[in-house]
Amino acid sequence: MTAFVALLRKDLRVELRTLRSIPSMALFAVTAFVIFRFGLDREQLSGELAAGVLVPTLLFAALLAINRLFVAEREEGGFDLVRLAPVDGTVLFAAKASALVVYLVVLELVAVPIFALFFLDSAAGLLPLALVLLLADIGLAATGTVISTIATMSSARDLLAPLILLPLLVPLVIAAAGAGEHLLAEGGPDYGRFGTWLGLLGLYDLIFLLVGYATFDFLLDD
Amino acid sequence: MMERTAVEGRSAEAPARSRGLEPAIRVSGLRRDFGERTALDGLDLRVETGASVAILGPNGSGKSTLLRILAGLLRPSGGEVSVLGLDLPKETHLLRGKVGYLGHEPLLYRDLSPRENLQLSAALNGIADDQAGPRIDALIDAVGMGARAGDRVAELSAGMRQRIDICRAILHEPPLLLFDEPDAHLDPEARREIAPLIAAGDGRTRLVVSHDRGAATEDSDFVVELG
Repeated sequence: MTAFVALLRKDLRVELRTLRSIPSMALFAVTAFVIFRFGLDREQLSGELAAGVLVPTLLFAALLAINRLFVAEREEGGFDLVRLAPVDGTVLFAAKASALVVYLVVLELVAVPIFALFFLDSAAGLLPLALVLLLADIGLAATGTVISTIATMSSARDLLAPLILLPLLVPLVIAAAGAGEHLLAEGGPDYGRFGTWLGLLGLYDLIFLLVGYATFDFLLDD
Repeated sequence: MMERTAVEGRSAEAPARSRGLEPAIRVSGLRRDFGERTALDGLDLRVETGASVAILGPNGSGKSTLLRILAGLLRPSGGEVSVLGLDLPKETHLLRGKVGYLGHEPLLYRDLSPRENLQLSAALNGIADDQAGPRIDALIDAVGMGARAGDRVAELSAGMRQRIDICRAILHEPPLLLFDEPDAHLDPEARREIAPLIAAGDGRTRLVVSHDRGAATEDSDFVVELG
């Protein structure tokens, strides 16, 4: 078993056993949809409003998992365990980011159908939206893992993670909401600028995966 | 049998079991600051390969800090440190996997079982699955944890966690053991079971932090007193 597989399996196993992150993320998202439904007093959403409700809700739900991402490493010695082993610190970055992508995909499997049930009159845009969300998940996981590591070292971690993370996620939110706006347009998906938004999401993912790869071993150092 | 020596002060040289080999540890003028507080100041230490060294001293004298620096977990603020022939912190990455480190707090995930923790540790240390399984079984049996190997670590007593953490520290058969109070939380029977597992010799060097002067001098070739 490789170190990457072992660390990823550990995170998924612990989550399955304790259910600390995914249920609270899903509950948050569903509660937010209920509030939007009554707050906007609308039974149907489309275009930019639909994307503007969906993408930020998923983003804020993701923050719950990002804040908890390294709790066990900090409190139970996981950082030292990796630093004592003959593995590169980036293995931990890859495993944590992958675990976060899995959490986000599970969240979206629960939250997006509920969103559609609450607000959409057609599910035609959901399939291409899955690709947009997956690309957004990868970027969110890469950025969230790096920032969560930095925040973990601080006593103000609960404040620090969102404070640093949210500004960094603005391009990701713009691209994901931009793609979502066209896919959830009234009358069916519009693929006009779909490729541009996907390209932007892909570029964002690439940049932050490289940033994580380049910096993570240094971040783990004393 | 090696001569046991108690050294007061901050400079010490441990006798060799394996003459002619590179010393396992060579420390010169080591200093470590935490903000304005200095935990270690000008420590010199030389430990030959295969030696067993006890480190004594009052609380706050820098014993745990010394172990963390030697394990590559903490950067020294000043001085020179060489462990297993590697200069720290420059070559810390090469030291990884060669040290068996036992700290104050167990490096165990509380929501995993002892066996799962050891499997994770084996994977991180590159031990092949077919070798890891039997080695983990043997260690779990050796520390008398066979019946609780599948329980979550959070459900175990402090002594049981300590036994598993010792297994974790020696699982990859490192040539250098850095143990911070390995007897903590252990009953006398557990101490007897674990003693042969963590003994020095056969090229394995051991530094043990202890508050028990009697046991430390009995089990060690050499005692270093800090503080």
